[in-house]
Amino acid sequence: MDQQPSSVSRVQELVYELTINEVMTREVVTISPWASMRDLKNLLRDHRISGVPVVENERLVGIISIENLIQALEERNIDSPVKEHMTTSVHSLHPDDPLVKAVNFFALFGYGRFPVVQADNCLVGIITKGDILRATLRQMEVAWQSEEIHRYRASHIFEDIESEQTSLILRYNIKPQDFVRGGEASSKIKRALERLGAPPAVVRRVAVAVYEGETNVIIHSVGGEVSAEIHPEQVIIDIIDYGPGIPDVEQAMQPGYSTAPDWIRELGFGAGMGLTNIKNCADIMKLTSKMDEGTHLELTFKLQ
Amino acid sequence: MKASDLVIELHAQVVAGAGNLDREVTGGYASDLLSCVMAAAQPGNVWITLQAHMNVIAIAVLLDLSAVVITEGVHPDAEVLARAEEKGVPVLLCPQGTFSAVAQLAQAGIGGVR
Repeated sequence: MDQQPSSVSRVQELVYELTINEVMTREVVTISPWASMRDLKNLLRDHRISGVPVVENERLVGIISIENLIQALEERNIDSPVKEHMTTSVHSLHPDDPLVKAVNFFALFGYGRFPVVQADNCLVGIITKGDILRATLRQMEVAWQSEEIHRYRASHIFEDIESEQTSLILRYNIKPQDFVRGGEASSKIKRALERLGAPPAVVRRVAVAVYEGETNVIIHSVGGEVSAEIHPEQVIIDIIDYGPGIPDVEQAMQPGYSTAPDWIRELGFGAGMGLTNIKNCADIMKLTSKMDEGTHLELTFKLQ
Repeated sequence: MKASDLVIELHAQVVAGAGNLDREVTGGYASDLLSCVMAAAQPGNVWITLQAHMNVIAIAVLLDLSAVVITEGVHPDAEVLARAEEKGVPVLLCPQGTFSAVAQLAQAGIGGVR
């Protein structure tokens, strides 16, 4: 949720970033104004297209489409020149225009193609909806490939680095009563595990357990730290605080048992379910506590 | 049903994450106890609550929820909304109580998760 903007907004960005020049088709099928409508029919059929710009001395003089051809056929006028049937008031685009202008043209005018001309009205290309689709998909694939390479590198970090035992350690300090930053350690560990390619179900269990653990440190202790030791086959989470300690660990493990004060309960914490949630998430849970020294929660999550 | 449909069903006000309303809503969960939400809510769920502090956003991100609906006309602080916007969490406000909001969404076809 916090990584990528949605693909829709990416397309919206692209139509502003790209220019017509980068998207248009340069090899344009054209016809002379003096060619016959019969020539046009053959041209459209041979190229499987539905319209072409009309060009004389490299200058755009009009545009003609299959609709004009049908009309000529109905009028039994198929041997008359293109000049008599073409549309002369042509909406054209400039190569340096942003792609969004073409998108707007398609929406405004409803034609299937727009010629691209330079300032001297010299035809340099043509743009269709297909061109826009291809270009935006191509750009998104480029972006996707670089993200994939990134992800691949992250997820293969353990294979690329050789040692007897490789692990990655993430450590976060937790301040007491700092509710505003609650969930920071868990969301950072979650993100790291995702990038390293851990299975989503395990990532979720780790995130839930670490969130509950860091919340406990924030609510009940004088401060502490959360660390995640990531191995290729397992993740070990250590949640440590520096006191005051849990008088009765067994009682603390009872679902619904809580020592949280009322003002904390009003915030929705202190349901007495934190340790129960942690126990349900972790593959192995070890809780030790010494009064006036602190509490150590060690959690193991298997990755394989 | 998409998160944007929740806005219509509840006549809710979108105060953050408007760019992420195209996600599919996989079900709903209502509670004001954060640990219950952590234990039960599933990815893509909408969470209905009257809690409106920073941890609500943290939980929505951790659990990959599709939206948070804050009931009873409670308005979160600007900091909370800024975080929600940064993380792309849709936050919807509605004047109804939690029960009414849940009833409206249930009528519209959103199921509970357990």
